Amino acid sequence: MIDTNDKVQLIVGLEIHVELATKTKMFCRCRNNFGDPPNTNVCAVCTSMPGTLPVMNALAVDYSMKVGLALDCNVPDYTKWDRKNYYYPDLPKGYQLSQYDLPLCEHGCLEIPLADGTQKKIRVLRAHLEEDAGKNNHEIPGATGVDLNRAGVPLLEIVSEPDMNSVEEVAGYARSMQRLVRWLDVSKANMQMGHMRFEPNINLHITRDGTTYKTPIVEVKNLNSFRSLEGAVAYEFKRQYEEWQKDPEGFSLKKLGKQNRGFDDAKGVTVFQRDKEDAHDYRYLPDPDLPAVIIDDAWRERLRDEIGELPLARRARYIEEYGLSFKDADALTQDAATGDILDSAVKAGADSKRCVNLLLGRGAAIANERECSIADIGITTEQLTELAKMLADGDVNATAANKVFDKMIETSGAPREIAEADGLLAVKDTGQIQQWVDDAIAKNPQAVDIIKEGGKKKEKSFGFLMGQVMQASRGAAPPAEVQKLLREKLS
Amino acid sequence: MSGLIELSATQLAADIRSGETTSVQATQEYLNAITKLDGKLGAYNEIYTDAALDRAKQIDAKIAAGENPGPLAGVPIAIKDNLCTTYGHTTCASRYLENFQAPYTATAVKKLHDAGAVILGKCNMDEFAMGSSTENSGFAPTRNPWDIGRVPGGSSGGSAAAVASRMCAAALGSDTGGSIRQPASFCGCVGFKPTYGRVSRYGLVAFGSSLDQIGPLGRTVTDAALLTGVISGYDPHDATSLPNDVPDYLADIETPIKGLRIGLPKEFFLENEGAIAPDTRAAITAAIETYKSLGAEIVDVSLPHSRIDIDADGKMSSFAVSCYYIVCTAECSSNLARFDGVHYGHRTGENVDGILELYSKSRKESLGEEVKRRIMLGTYALSSGYYDAYYNKALKVRRLIADDFVEAFKSCDILLAPTTPTTAFKLGEKTDNPLEMYLSDIYTISANLAGLPGITLPAGLSSDNLPIGLQLIGPVLSESTLLRAARMFEKTAPPIIPPMVKNSDT
Ligand SMILES: [Zn+2]
Repeated sequence: MIDTNDKVQLIVGLEIHVELATKTKMFCRCRNNFGDPPNTNVCAVCTSMPGTLPVMNALAVDYSMKVGLALDCNVPDYTKWDRKNYYYPDLPKGYQLSQYDLPLCEHGCLEIPLADGTQKKIRVLRAHLEEDAGKNNHEIPGATGVDLNRAGVPLLEIVSEPDMNSVEEVAGYARSMQRLVRWLDVSKANMQMGHMRFEPNINLHITRDGTTYKTPIVEVKNLNSFRSLEGAVAYEFKRQYEEWQKDPEGFSLKKLGKQNRGFDDAKGVTVFQRDKEDAHDYRYLPDPDLPAVIIDDAWRERLRDEIGELPLARRARYIEEYGLSFKDADALTQDAATGDILDSAVKAGADSKRCVNLLLGRGAAIANERECSIADIGITTEQLTELAKMLADGDVNATAANKVFDKMIETSGAPREIAEADGLLAVKDTGQIQQWVDDAIAKNPQAVDIIKEGGKKKEKSFGFLMGQVMQASRGAAPPAEVQKLLREKLS
Repeated sequence: MSGLIELSATQLAADIRSGETTSVQATQEYLNAITKLDGKLGAYNEIYTDAALDRAKQIDAKIAAGENPGPLAGVPIAIKDNLCTTYGHTTCASRYLENFQAPYTATAVKKLHDAGAVILGKCNMDEFAMGSSTENSGFAPTRNPWDIGRVPGGSSGGSAAAVASRMCAAALGSDTGGSIRQPASFCGCVGFKPTYGRVSRYGLVAFGSSLDQIGPLGRTVTDAALLTGVISGYDPHDATSLPNDVPDYLADIETPIKGLRIGLPKEFFLENEGAIAPDTRAAITAAIETYKSLGAEIVDVSLPHSRIDIDADGKMSSFAVSCYYIVCTAECSSNLARFDGVHYGHRTGENVDGILELYSKSRKESLGEEVKRRIMLGTYALSSGYYDAYYNKALKVRRLIADDFVEAFKSCDILLAPTTPTTAFKLGEKTDNPLEMYLSDIYTISANLAGLPGITLPAGLSSDNLPIGLQLIGPVLSESTLLRAARMFEKTAPPIIPPMVKNSDT
C-alpha cells in the first residue's frame, strides 16, 4: 500500500528485441527458421570458422529502416557496423556484430492508446540492427550443447526513452510495437518462438515531504511474454517501494546505481542477477570486414512507398471515411491485411458498412476461435465483395449471409455458388411470396382477426404471421417484401 | 642445379602447355627438391606429395586431351599456412589450430586451382602472421636459404624460403605490415602486396582485417604478375573486395618506363643516415641511378607522417609503426577471440572449473608469446577509457599517413624506397626485443595503413652475400604500373641464386 504522504511515480524504459523475418540470416545465407533440428541452419560463416567474412543482408536493413521510418525516426545517411566483444559459448566469433554509436534509426516515437481513450507518445531513443546469438542447451546430462541455428539471425533492438509510467502503458507500448512490426510484415513477432523479447528498465521517483527520491534502476533481462513483462514491472513497482520505505536514504539510484534482475515466471518475482553486465567492457570496435552503409533519399523513399498507410492513420481514415466507431476502426486495424481486404472490397464497389459488418461479425468470431487475425481466416477480397453485394441486392438476407460466410471460409468457395447450392438465395418471385402470404393468412384466421381489431396484440400477431411466411420460405423470402405484402393484404 | 625447377613459373606453364614437359615431371622435381632441402630450411608445415602428383596427372591428361588447363597449367605452387583448404590442415603455425581442417577453401586458393596450379603444400609462418622472422611459428622456425643461421623474415618466411630455394615455382603469402615484402626481400625474391581489396580475403585467417592482403611471392616479376592476375577480383564472400575489373597485368609489363615519375620519400632514407644499413643504402642509390638510365624522372617527395625518428641512442621510432601496432593489435584481439576452445581447435585436457577456465587454459596452452602479447596490447587499446587515447588516435594518424600518399602521388607516379632497413638478421638476434623486431617493418607498414600496392624485388647482394630488397609503392590499383616498373629494373639486374641451391644439384 502506498503511504498517503508519498507521491510515487513509476518510470519505465523498454528495450525490445525483434527478430526479423528475413528468409536468410544477417551475414550469411543460411535459413532463418525457428524450430529446425540443432545446427542444421549453419555454415562456415555463422559457425565462425577461421577466415570467413560477413556479408550484409540488405533486406534486413530494409526491414529495420521500415520500422524506423514508421516510428518517425531519423534514418541517417551513414551508419556502420561495430563489434561488441565478449566471450560466451553461444557467440562463436567472440564478438557480436552490432551498431554502437551510429544506429540505423534514432529519435522516433510510438503513440499508444490509453484506457481513457486518449493517446500517449512514447519516445524511441534508437533502433539498431545486430545479429542474434546461438542458444546454449543444458538438456544434455553432464554437458552443455550449443545450437547455432539462431546465431546470425537479424535482430532489431528498439530502445525507448523512460516515458512509461504504468504497467498499462508498458503493455500498451509493447503491444503497439508488436502490431507495428506485424503491420510492416518485418517480423512474425511470435512470442512463443522468441521473436520478441523485452528488457524493461524500471525505477521509482518518490516524493515525500517535498523531497524527491529516486530508487536504483533495475533492468529485468530477457522477458519473452507480455505476461512476464507486466508481471515484472508490477512486481518491481511493489518491491522497490517497499525497499525504499525501509531505507529512503540508502535505497537510492545515486548510491546503488543500476542492477540486473531476472524474472521467475512461476513465482511472479524478480530475482537478483550477478552484475556481470556493468563489469563488462565490450571494447567496441568498428568492424573492418563490413563497409559502412550509405543511405540516400531514394532508398528512404522506396521504403516509405512500401510502408504505405500506418495503423493509426488508417484507423483515423476508417472513422472519417466509413463512419466507423473508434472500437470498430481499431479492431479492423490490428493488422494490415484485414484492412487491405476491406479497402479493396470497397474499391470494387461493395458497400463499406456491409463489408465491415461481415468482417466484424462472423469474421471476427471465426478469427477469435482460431486465435488469428481476421485476414488470416482466409477470406479474399472477391468473396467479401460478392457477399456484400448480394446483401445489398437482397439476394441473401443477413441470416443466410452468415451461413454463406461460414461455408465460404470453410470451403474457399464463391458466395453465390454456395448460396445457390444450399438454397440460401432470397426468393424474388413475387408470385411465390404472394402464395406464402395468402397461405399464412388462410391458415391463421385468429391472428388475422386480432390484427384487424387493431388492439394491443396487433404487432405481436403481425410478427407471428411474418414468421409463418419466413418459415414457409425456409428463410429465403426477403423480409421487407413479406412485410409489405402482408400489410397490403391486412389493411 | 638444373632442370625444371630453375624455370620461372611463366616459362614452366608455357612448357607444360606446349607439351615440352609435363606437370608430373615438374611436380616430381619440386618434391625432390623439398626432400633434399626442407630438412635444413623448414619452409613447409605440410606437403601434399600424393595429392600434388595426382593433380599433376590430371593437368597432363587435360593437355593431352587438347583442353586448356589455365594460365598456371600444372605449375607447382606453395601456399601460406593461413589460407584455408578443404584438404590437409590449416594451422596458421599455431598449436591452437594444429589439427584444424577447414570446411572450405579460400577464394584465392580456389582461383589457383581453377587456373591449373598444383598445390605442393602449406608454408610455415609466424603464428597467425604475427612476426617478422618466422621464429614465432608454433612449430619450428624457418631458415634463410642464403644463410641457415639467419631468419627468412616473416611472417610469410616459409613461402619466401620455399620460393628462393626452388622448393616451389611460386607461392602465396599474406601481407599485413610487410609480411610478404620483408621476407621476399630477405630471401631474394619478388614479393607483391596488391591494393587492399584487390584479392579476396575470404579464407585467409584474419590477423589485422583492415590491413591483411594476400599476394604472390615469385622468382620473377612476371611470375608475380601472372599470379596476381589469377588471384585478383571481386568476391561476393568478401564485402571489402574491390569490384573493379582485373586488367591483364602481363599486357604491357615489357613496355619501357621512359618518363615515369619516381618519387623518393625523403623521410625514408634521405634524412636518416642511421635508418638504413650502408650496403642497403648503396644498393638503393644504385637502383635510383638505374631508373634514371631507364628514362625515369626522379622527384623528391615527402611523407611527413611516415617519418622515422632516431634518438640520441640510435633508437628508431615512427608514427607509422606506432599507429600500425595499435590498429593491428586491436583488430587481432577481436579476430582471435574465436579461438576459445569451445567450437574447434585446441581445448585444454585438464579439468576445468567453469567456462572461464576452459577459455583461459585452452588459450594459454596453445597460443604463443607474441600472439598473447598482441592480444593483450589490442585489448588494452580498445578498453573503455583508453579507446580515444589509443585506437581512435591511431585511426586519425592512419588517415594522415594515407593523405600524405595522396599528396605525394600528385607529383609522381610511384614511390621508391628500401624494403627493409637491413638484410636478414640472425636467428635469435631480435627475439628478446619485440620493439626492435617491429622496426624491421618500418618501410613496409605505411603501404598497408594506406591500403596501397607495394612490390619488393632483388636489388643485389650485400657484402656478406645477403639479398637486398628494393621496394616500389604505387597509388590504389596501380598494379600494372608497379609491375612494369619492377620488370624494367629486373631486366637490368643479374638473377641471384642462394649458394645452397647452386651447390645442391651438382
Ligand atoms: Zn550461416
